[in-house]
Amino acid sequence: MKADIAFGQYCEGNSFLHRLDPRWKIIFTIFYIVTIFLAKNIFAFALLLLSAVLLALSSRIKPSILIRGMKPLLFIIAFTAIINIFWLKGERLLVDFWIIHIYLEGIINALLIVTRVLLLVVGTSVILSYTTTPIALTDGIERLLSPLAKIKLPVHEFSMMMTIALRFIPTLIEETDKIMSAQKARGADFSTGSIIKRAKALVPILVPLFVSAFRRAEELALAMECRCYTGGEGRTRMNVLHSSWRDALMAGLLCVLCAGVIVLNRLGFVYNLSM
Amino acid sequence: MGTLEVKDLSYTYGKGAPYEIKALDSVNLVFEAGRITGLIGHTGSGKSTLVQMLNGLMKPDSGKVLLDGVDIWEKPKEIRNIRFRVGLVMQYPEYQLFDESAEKDIAFGPRNMGMSEDEVKEAVREAARFAGLDESLLKKSPFDLSGGQKRRAALAGVIAMRPEVLVLDEPAAGLDPGARREILGRIKKYQRESGTAVIIVSHSMEDMAMYCDTVAVMDHGRLMMTGTPAEVFSRSQELFAAGLDVPQITKVAASLKKCGVDIGLDVYTVGYALERLLPLGGKGE
Repeated sequence: MKADIAFGQYCEGNSFLHRLDPRWKIIFTIFYIVTIFLAKNIFAFALLLLSAVLLALSSRIKPSILIRGMKPLLFIIAFTAIINIFWLKGERLLVDFWIIHIYLEGIINALLIVTRVLLLVVGTSVILSYTTTPIALTDGIERLLSPLAKIKLPVHEFSMMMTIALRFIPTLIEETDKIMSAQKARGADFSTGSIIKRAKALVPILVPLFVSAFRRAEELALAMECRCYTGGEGRTRMNVLHSSWRDALMAGLLCVLCAGVIVLNRLGFVYNLSM
Repeated sequence: MGTLEVKDLSYTYGKGAPYEIKALDSVNLVFEAGRITGLIGHTGSGKSTLVQMLNGLMKPDSGKVLLDGVDIWEKPKEIRNIRFRVGLVMQYPEYQLFDESAEKDIAFGPRNMGMSEDEVKEAVREAARFAGLDESLLKKSPFDLSGGQKRRAALAGVIAMRPEVLVLDEPAAGLDPGARREILGRIKKYQRESGTAVIIVSHSMEDMAMYCDTVAVMDHGRLMMTGTPAEVFSRSQELFAAGLDVPQITKVAASLKKCGVDIGLDVYTVGYALERLLPLGGKGE
């Protein structure tokens, strides 16, 4: 079970995207998503597809990993595509058979929506989740939200909680694994019987898991206090985030991309292929 | 009583991935009834993987686990019955306690087996006696017990299923010396009275020397050697090379030999060393 969980999806690397500042990466991701939703026709989507391919290439992440990441979305993609193909009405009828009416507009629309979903997944995962460690991510979020500390929101505590939670997910998975094995060794059965019986079968796992989670929390709190942790006030960081020319370059490229999409949207009206 | 045998057992973690690790590489071993077998090996040598294969928690990639000559995976749907026959006490088993009283927790296994209430009661009492858990503690919440008591309650939880083979992964880890001797002594006593095959995984060479009839050494997923404690511990150089150790007294014997006092290199307990040393003293050297 342990080997099956690629947690956080982060892929080790030292590419251009890996070395961007996480603060900027979060902004870039939001900007990229907005750009994707601005695109209205095939030309704009073609440009975005090109950009996604370039992003994926520059991340130097194996295509097999990217494809594996898309698999869980297959159902949603297929579902939206089918709905669009069969239910969207347009002017150019292609298939007219019994209760099935397929219009050219439906097919184009389905294609565009599928592309949009794929772009969203590839874009965000390549810019953010595959190339940023969870710790860098929470760090970035903390820094971006730091202005909110002025209105007395506990931004540092919030991000510390997130960091700790992320840190303990693999530990807890391992723990669950162990406890499950131990109870299975005593003949616990999680996979047969009625729903109530199965729910009851979880008690021997959940009780020890909670007990150990509380124990861990206490130990961690103690260890943090031993190292004089008192919260965010006046705390300096080990890894100070730096923006570099890479972030500026990326910002520039994304602006060009956005402008390109807007221009190509206009072009679409000329060919009357807009949605 | 059950004899457990593993034949050509192999297992690889993360098959096909770049980080694949061969945890077990065609291991052959026989665990006979009425004997305590000690399993030693450095961290990551495949001991824990092997142990989880013995009661069907993990399925081998290739090879077989035979219980009384029958492959335990012959009927995969009945693997639960194998787990009742091959009792496994995992590492730090006190973290698996969950029920409101120690008694109920020990009864978890027997209840899963479908024993009648009377049988369950009897099994719990017997197991608690074997594990050295006082009857007055049975009504307590397992979370109110001390560390050593918790460990014994967890041990009782497995013994209560009356397994034909008892497998223990580091049963004494993290206990103080007194509790260590207590629990290992209990296991030895249980083995003598019930005649089961017992398999103990441990890092403590002293414990192995004291309690085991056979010692098997694992190294990088392979079975490196197996034999009586005297046979295994006399090959100290190979054990050192595998990142392992020999009992202190064996090292003393080796040093003595260098000084010209030869009591043999197969000395592995203090009592045994004394037996060899005393006659030498008699000569007045």
